[in-house]
Amino acid sequence: MAEILTKSRARNIFYGGSIFFVVVFVAMTVHSHRYVVNVSTAGMPLSEEVVRGKHVWEKNSCINCHSLHGEGAYFAPEVGNVMTRWGVLDSPEDAFETLKAWIESQPSGIEGRRQMPKYELTDEDMRSLAEFLRWADQTDTQGWPPNEAG
Amino acid sequence: MKYQSQKVAYWYFLAAMALFGIQVLGGLLAGWVYVSPNFLSELLPFNVIRMIHTNALIVWLLLGFFGAAYFLIPEESDRELWSPKLAYVQLIILLVGTLGAVGSYLVGIHGGREFLEQPLWVKFGILVAALIFLLNISMTVLAGKKTAITNVLLMGLWLLSLLWIFAFINPDNLSLDKMYWWFVVHLWVEATWELVMAAILAFLLLKLTGVDREVVEKWLYVIVATALFSGILGTGHHFYWIGLPGYWQWIGSIFSTFEVIPFFLMMSFAFVMVWKGRKNHPNKAALLWSLGSSTVAFFGAGVWGFLHTLHGVNFYSHGTQITAAHGHLAFFGAYVALNLAVFTYAMPMLRQRAPYNQVLNMVSFWLMTGGMAFMTFVLTFAGTIQTHMQRVVGDYYMDVQDSLSVFYLMRFGAGAAVVIGALLFIYSMLVVRDREIIAPGPAASVPGE
Repeated sequence: MAEILTKSRARNIFYGGSIFFVVVFVAMTVHSHRYVVNVSTAGMPLSEEVVRGKHVWEKNSCINCHSLHGEGAYFAPEVGNVMTRWGVLDSPEDAFETLKAWIESQPSGIEGRRQMPKYELTDEDMRSLAEFLRWADQTDTQGWPPNEAG
Repeated sequence: MKYQSQKVAYWYFLAAMALFGIQVLGGLLAGWVYVSPNFLSELLPFNVIRMIHTNALIVWLLLGFFGAAYFLIPEESDRELWSPKLAYVQLIILLVGTLGAVGSYLVGIHGGREFLEQPLWVKFGILVAALIFLLNISMTVLAGKKTAITNVLLMGLWLLSLLWIFAFINPDNLSLDKMYWWFVVHLWVEATWELVMAAILAFLLLKLTGVDREVVEKWLYVIVATALFSGILGTGHHFYWIGLPGYWQWIGSIFSTFEVIPFFLMMSFAFVMVWKGRKNHPNKAALLWSLGSSTVAFFGAGVWGFLHTLHGVNFYSHGTQITAAHGHLAFFGAYVALNLAVFTYAMPMLRQRAPYNQVLNMVSFWLMTGGMAFMTFVLTFAGTIQTHMQRVVGDYYMDVQDSLSVFYLMRFGAGAAVVIGALLFIYSMLVVRDREIIAPGPAASVPGE
């Protein structure tokens, strides 16, 4: 073992193998990138409103309490499928109304209950956020989450 | 300490420990909010506390890596640092950026990609600091001796800095955003940081055990080869459910399973080197942290990672407290404990003293490790119940959370032990005593039976 695997051989395997895996990974990334654009997120157009909603989502750091497609913090419910859970996936108007009502009712102030902070969002922000969440909900996530509970 | 410029590391370690204190206190606060949700909810909401907890962690670990590089590269390359002055400039940029980030989080200014919330100017600051750092250490190594340790360390640091570019790329398409986000997050902690970890561990073991350099360096190349061969395609285990092609379920499952190997090898490496080593190094605490780091990394990153990495399991466990359990123990074992090993090893030399306060330091090791282990166990139990109730039965999130409160209470207790351990560690590093609180016995003159 000691004679077959010398230090310089180990080094060469490390460099050569790493380059090989990087190349494979980059090729698969290119394919995945195209797949996302053309297949998995093609269910609903990536409109300006959706993009605006994504920025509302980001600016308020929602990800540090909620999870989205299972990623984020685990302090508050998953929102990748929240529009399905609310039964408003197919109606932009209902989605907006429900989201607005929810956000405006927060914080609940109920003792012993996790509190969502108060967010002062304009109707336009709310509408964009609702559209963003409807868009995300229509992504083909290989069947995840297992059920409506998220 | 052989070179004057190694002293730079001292200030990096001090800054790192200050942020370590902030990080664990932030964690304790977040843990308390789980127990008592109305606490500070108007003044300092959970999302802000969490940003401070995670960002402080990342920055102090990086400061520790930078400091470790500045400490070990002069010794490995056999020459002074190219420019100690630039190293201080780099530290000042990083500290201004960190304080700026924390300040802006407190007033509600932040980005919204998890862990990459820093305002744009801070991101640029980090980039500039990284470039200064790379220039400085590369010039030092190029002019001096090149060893396997400096090769691997430099490669890890160069690659992690290059990957930082993806922190600036935020596609409008959420699924693409997530995919490239993992290029920073996964390819840092499950690939390039492992190179840094393995190189630093190799340096520590070389010094602490006195094993032949040839042997240490061969191990090092084998370890980092297994880290990248598994870790690069292992990124796929984050690509199961975010809108990427289904083939990642197999690629990710298979390659991320192999990610256990580098951690198993690092643990074996540490113990074999100590076994073979002839040196009786006086800094026992540094040795404890080195062995502890590689062991806890194997359990936290390796075993707890494998626990939920197969796509059939992950379909149910994804984004539950199982992930939180794994994340905490993996970060603690692999990167926190390794940094604390370096601090423990280097600080006495940087302050030109014999190793000191080792007993307190070792007590802090057991407090932190015990606390983290307990936290991991209770979160794993909580996650198991959550997975079953929410993902299998289909109960709603908040109903499930309400039934987990006893685990969150225990997690808070575990967190308190970690915080006490962390503060004790910082105390043992910075407040110098003349004698150990327990006097060491005489050097063994008669072999044991």
